Amino acid sequence: MGELPIAKQHTVRSFDGDLKALADRIVHMGAIAEQQVANAVDAISHRRHDIAVKVIEDDILVDGLEEEIDQYAIRLLAIRQPLGMDLRIVAMALKLSNDLERISDYAVSIAKRAQRLAEEPEFRTLAMLPRMGQTCQSMVKDILDALLERDTDKAMSVWTRDAEVDRLYETLFQELVKTVQEDPRRAAICIDLMFVAKNLERIGDHTTNIAEKIHYMIHGEQINRMRNRPS
Amino acid sequence: MVAAQPVSTLASSTDKATEAIAGNARSVKVAARGVNLWYGDMQALFDVNIDIAANEVTSFIGASGCGKSTFLRCFNRMNDTIPICRIKGDIRLDGNDINDKSIDVVQLRARVGMVFQKPNPFPKTIYDNVAYGPRIHGLAGNKSELDEIVENSLKGAGLWEEVRDRLGQPGNGLSGGQQQRLCIARAIAVSPEVILMDEPCSALDPIATARIEELIDELREDFTIVIVTHNMQQAGRVSQRTAFFHLGKLIEFGPTEKLFTNPNQSMTQDYITGRFG
Repeated sequence: MGELPIAKQHTVRSFDGDLKALADRIVHMGAIAEQQVANAVDAISHRRHDIAVKVIEDDILVDGLEEEIDQYAIRLLAIRQPLGMDLRIVAMALKLSNDLERISDYAVSIAKRAQRLAEEPEFRTLAMLPRMGQTCQSMVKDILDALLERDTDKAMSVWTRDAEVDRLYETLFQELVKTVQEDPRRAAICIDLMFVAKNLERIGDHTTNIAEKIHYMIHGEQINRMRNRPS
Repeated sequence: MVAAQPVSTLASSTDKATEAIAGNARSVKVAARGVNLWYGDMQALFDVNIDIAANEVTSFIGASGCGKSTFLRCFNRMNDTIPICRIKGDIRLDGNDINDKSIDVVQLRARVGMVFQKPNPFPKTIYDNVAYGPRIHGLAGNKSELDEIVENSLKGAGLWEEVRDRLGQPGNGLSGGQQQRLCIARAIAVSPEVILMDEPCSALDPIATARIEELIDELREDFTIVIVTHNMQQAGRVSQRTAFFHLGKLIEFGPTEKLFTNPNQSMTQDYITGRFG
């Protein structure tokens, strides 16, 4: 998305500048959201209160960028009346900013729980949780690379990886339920961890949304969910 | 003229342009096959094939000089008036070759009416502008029948309420938008089947344009409409199908929505997104 998807320039060159400015904002927003997810996973895995604070602070930047992208895209629609791929880029920018904002919100939610969990006496971390966190983090990173490189193959490979996140979530869920049954005194911690897992699972869902939007932006067709859904 | 080939044979060929046609199960009003046209030595159209569906609005788009207006004018033989113009190919209206020797071109133009870029009412009253066609074609038996045709045509063109009290005033005293609707009333007064519009809104303000666009949508119920426009948003709004021409060739023809959001040809994409040349 950093480069224009069509090599040829517009006759009205300032239109190229407008599309580039819109793409730059999406990339900037994506970079912050990606870092938030990485930091949130780090904070929860290593009981780092200070890193969690950073994730929460960055939320305002992401919210500001979402508003900016919305306004910019609306202005482009009004002034340029884009068609074809230009239209798809502008329309998808509106949706992508929404997905990135949601990813950022889930990272913030994880960070808040990381702060609380850092106050708790040390507990046995579930090996599955950092693994799920790392998978989501790498999905967010790869989907932003796919967006930047306009690489639908890469986007689709991220899309299929969501199934792994869903499986990890299910396993983790069962394990947490078992832990609570065995030791009800740890219920509060387990509920926090369950929400963290749920937030990560939602982050995975939003990366698949972004993959679908990349596909539509480039090919002009919706991806066939049924055909491509991994078993 | 080339020998007239049955449309079905041509439609089954693997030619790119006819492929687009083969998929359509629409009722075809005008079918063009292998249309080539020259102005003197200069070839302006190259092997154009298209099916214009009945009761649909079809837009022709493309840069100036791409041949879209020239092609439009083939449909009612307006190019006959240009001595150096030479045409080859087959154009059929309801299956009948419009270039056949037996065709009366005056009758053809009554069946295939035309509205031009600049409103061009006759220097006559509003009433006579509309009554002219029905009179020369003998469509009315008496004055009251003629009155009825004039009223219905003006109503059809969305102009009746604005002019009913001043039918005796000159047509060119109306505003630009009203004059264009008067020209549309004049075109529909002879009950045509097809209406050709060559940039009908390019001389009009946005409100008058909106009224004509609204009218085009209403007229579609009774007529087949082909419109040449430079305004792509207009093509998007009024037409069901769009044909993109470039340097005398039909590059892409398909559903308007598809053509403006996800065209098949890169040349179409370049044109609609303003990346041409």
